[in-house]
Amino acid sequence: MLLVEFLREELELTGTHIGCDTTYCGACTVLLNGMPVKSCTIFAVQADGAEIMTVEGLEKDGALHPIQQAFADCHGLQCGYCTPGMMLSALALLERVKSPTEKDIRKAIAGNTCRCTGYQNIFRAIEAAGKTMRGESSGN
Amino acid sequence: MFPRAFNYHRAGSLKEASALLSQLGEGAKVLAGGQSLIPLMKLRFASPTDLVDLNFVPQLAHIREENGWVRIGALTRHAELERAAAAAKIAILRDCAAGIADVQVRNRGTIGGSLAEADPSADWATVLSVLDTRVFCVRGSNEREMPLSGFIKDAYTTALEHDELISEVRVMTPGKNSGGAYLAFKRAAPVYPTASAAVQLSLDGDTCAEIAIALGCVGLTPIRPREAEQALRGRQMSEKTIAAAVEAARAAADPQSDMRGSAEYKRELVGALLRRAMEAAARRARGESVEMGHLYA
Repeated sequence: MLLVEFLREELELTGTHIGCDTTYCGACTVLLNGMPVKSCTIFAVQADGAEIMTVEGLEKDGALHPIQQAFADCHGLQCGYCTPGMMLSALALLERVKSPTEKDIRKAIAGNTCRCTGYQNIFRAIEAAGKTMRGESSGN
Repeated sequence: MFPRAFNYHRAGSLKEASALLSQLGEGAKVLAGGQSLIPLMKLRFASPTDLVDLNFVPQLAHIREENGWVRIGALTRHAELERAAAAAKIAILRDCAAGIADVQVRNRGTIGGSLAEADPSADWATVLSVLDTRVFCVRGSNEREMPLSGFIKDAYTTALEHDELISEVRVMTPGKNSGGAYLAFKRAAPVYPTASAAVQLSLDGDTCAEIAIALGCVGLTPIRPREAEQALRGRQMSEKTIAAAVEAARAAADPQSDMRGSAEYKRELVGALLRRAMEAAARRARGESVEMGHLYA
């Protein structure tokens, strides 16, 4: 059983999406011990003993995570299907690089780019989330 | 998409993995990073009866320097190599590690898996072909080592026996005045490159004292264009000698037309990549810091 199948069908955590199902689109991205991986390309049994973070883990006590808030404020989506994976890739980046350059952001989400065009609002959202997480502002 | 049913075995050591493979027979396969194997299983291009998972084998993912060699454990992830201080000293290793596929794949994919699969479009074999690279393998309680050139036999074919596994890859740190660069072009981050070129050279003033070139994705295995190397070895690096090397490399390439491009296009592309890689390698050999990486849209 693939990890994504385990998350969606067994745990009923359907926030993790299956996009291409061929290790391409990154819609199924989750964090495995803090590192983004494609959950369609790892077996559930391999996650034994690891900590998995899905999009459901971002919100705490009813409060949106700064990344979720920034994606909402900046309209950081087009169809929205890639959004859970985008946010987790963004989180992994912002936890590692406090003030990412545009190139850092491009590289970080290169495994999440899908069929839409215009990732500009997603860039803005990640930049805005970075500011909030650095304590520079409370978002827009 | 779902793979066909298979039995899952978790190996505790390489020796145990080898014994399991021997016991289970040809239907069994090794699971390392899984970034090629799992998609192939989901597409049912591969349907192993058994998988022997190496991911829980301890001490198989290390990067350390020893007597001029960089020793890299077979299960070392591309992302670990991207960030390792030991790998940073050999610039070409970082060029490769930082550009394979995307972040998610680099967090899982391994150097040993890449070499053992021997996909003609994969990056590591091409890059490691221009360095002094030795592959260490384990079969039962026997260990053997071989140069990379003897390890890669053909497309998807290596010297590994069915129950033999890579334990470590060792790379000799190039000397002073040496510089390397790897450049690959791909149509999007997650895909294999259309073509790639690796160069490691050393300079004596303006003269190219030693050079190794490898071309990727334009043959069944990485191609070492010996005539291109000869066009530069012992000669001044000038417009003319570089052009002659590029021309010889283009002639040595043996690309096939496919969805990534026509043979003619790939031949042009690999020449252009080589030219840029040589320029970067020469600048690095002079001590300059040059940023390189996979080119993609």
